[in-house]
Amino acid sequence: MIELKVLGQGENTPSGGGCSSGGCGSTNDQLSHLPEAIRQKVFNHPCYSEEAHHHFARMHVAVAPACNIQCHYCNRKYDCANESRPGVVSELLNPDQAVKKVMAVAAEIPQMSVLGIAGPGDPLANPERTFDTFRQLTEKAPDIKLCVSTNGLALPAVVDELCQHNIDHVTITINCVDPEVGAKIYPWVFWNNRRVKGRKGAKILIEQQQKGLEMLVERGVLVKVNSVMIPGVNDEHLKEVSRIVKEKGAFLHNVMPLIAEAEHGTFYGVMGQRGPTNDELMALQDECAGDMNMMRHCRQCRADAVGLLGEDRGEEFSMDKVEMMDIDYEAAMVKRKAVHEAIEADLEARRKQSNEALVTLKNMNTTETRPVLMAVATAGGGVINQHFGHATEFLIYEASATDVRFVSHRKVELYCSGGDTCGDAETTLEKIVHTLEGCEVVLCSKIGFEPWGMLEEAGIQPNGEHAMEPIEEAVAAVYLDMARNGQLDEPKSQAEARELRA
Amino acid sequence: MALSIIESCVNCWACEPLCPSKAIYEAKPHFMIDARKCTECEGDYADGQCASICPIEGAILDGHGEAVNPPGSLTGIPPQKMAAAMAEIQAR
Repeated sequence: MIELKVLGQGENTPSGGGCSSGGCGSTNDQLSHLPEAIRQKVFNHPCYSEEAHHHFARMHVAVAPACNIQCHYCNRKYDCANESRPGVVSELLNPDQAVKKVMAVAAEIPQMSVLGIAGPGDPLANPERTFDTFRQLTEKAPDIKLCVSTNGLALPAVVDELCQHNIDHVTITINCVDPEVGAKIYPWVFWNNRRVKGRKGAKILIEQQQKGLEMLVERGVLVKVNSVMIPGVNDEHLKEVSRIVKEKGAFLHNVMPLIAEAEHGTFYGVMGQRGPTNDELMALQDECAGDMNMMRHCRQCRADAVGLLGEDRGEEFSMDKVEMMDIDYEAAMVKRKAVHEAIEADLEARRKQSNEALVTLKNMNTTETRPVLMAVATAGGGVINQHFGHATEFLIYEASATDVRFVSHRKVELYCSGGDTCGDAETTLEKIVHTLEGCEVVLCSKIGFEPWGMLEEAGIQPNGEHAMEPIEEAVAAVYLDMARNGQLDEPKSQAEARELRA
Repeated sequence: MALSIIESCVNCWACEPLCPSKAIYEAKPHFMIDARKCTECEGDYADGQCASICPIEGAILDGHGEAVNPPGSLTGIPPQKMAAAMAEIQAR
């Protein structure tokens, strides 16, 4: 429970630059750093705001199959229903089909606020298909925001046409600013009617990306930069990338982990290039942060994902199903408006409430207590409402003497799928415990006897006492309890050693 | 002489708009090149355009039936390494 509500502190005003490590202010929402004008543009964009992603839905339509470059983490042969990662789709659509699908999804899922085109190739290498889709949607569903994610090679050439559509954000994937590094990531680019390989190709790509970024910023379009962290290839280099794109006016940097498995058939997968560990990723995100907004909740979704982030309802909206749907588009738009307003009001109320809770933290202690990582199982809505065994991912929060902030999410395999797979439960459970390494507490609505024991043994305290409570408040409350019990007086390693002795 | 597209084509559309002779057309199960129209881009470009953007090794053959982009030439994955990885996955 939160005591000591401090009255008369007023609202927490978003601070400007100057704070380090994304931790100033007292909210986990990365958007709190942004000027109000930008915040207004992105607060309901689930891909840009951890808070919004619990409430607003997005979808991608796979209208852009062609690509003008090759990346070592991508396999262009890929087409799979069971994989969830960028570049993967199960059904390619033409623009008319895509528009039909978007209208159907926006009617069935009224939380939908954003439509993105992200492949499976590069949207701007398919300008006619991409822009035809945008043109039709601007007319038919003006309330849906449009966005696009590109490798940037064709960006300068189409930037003016792009800006004619209802687009206020563009994502550019920038993995390097040095052609030497680029040559290890991009084997070739297609440029001026030629396939250009190696360092030369990478140099062209980098030049176009940087130029495209500058042109978008000049035109007042918000630019988010995605980077794939590839250990030993660009991990150190991404700090420089982050600094440069920030200087040029990108408003958000999203460092994502490399996904590479041999079965994906990608260069990195086959050659045994590893992805970063959770700790390495978090450390780099912290180092890149400076006073820039780092994004930490990206789920690296498919190029045809549908629904809230982290869930995928794509199968409900295959083209044959969409064709069968009978939809009143006018009524759907009215309903959407009402639903969006309700969500916004709810978020606003919650924002005020959590400010109160966090003010308590600020006044908790004069001495510096160490930060603690906690894992949270949630099915959405910003509350702790998921059974440990049903979680497919955990949100990781860091509580410290000054604030609670969302730092990352970690995917896990379901250990409790019931039936035949139960024999595997133990190993899956062990993997989950391993995934939660570094956390000291797991907050969930309920948890079974067996995982409880295993977590405790691993030095992670399971906690089901805060079911249905807002995440940040609960994390703050647990942290306060730990402080009162003296658990924060010693470093974690000593606490562990003590537990081992006991 | 003409280029041709074979079954490893993934239907990504990248080549179709580039063809200066409009020789490439959508077909099932994959895109095709009209041999009567294809000029291998002679007189228009230094390199065949379809074969210069195609991401799939071996999907486009030259007039002699040879792959314009042989295994390993586009992805950089040595063919023997790819074969070993695939064999290991099969064995699992």
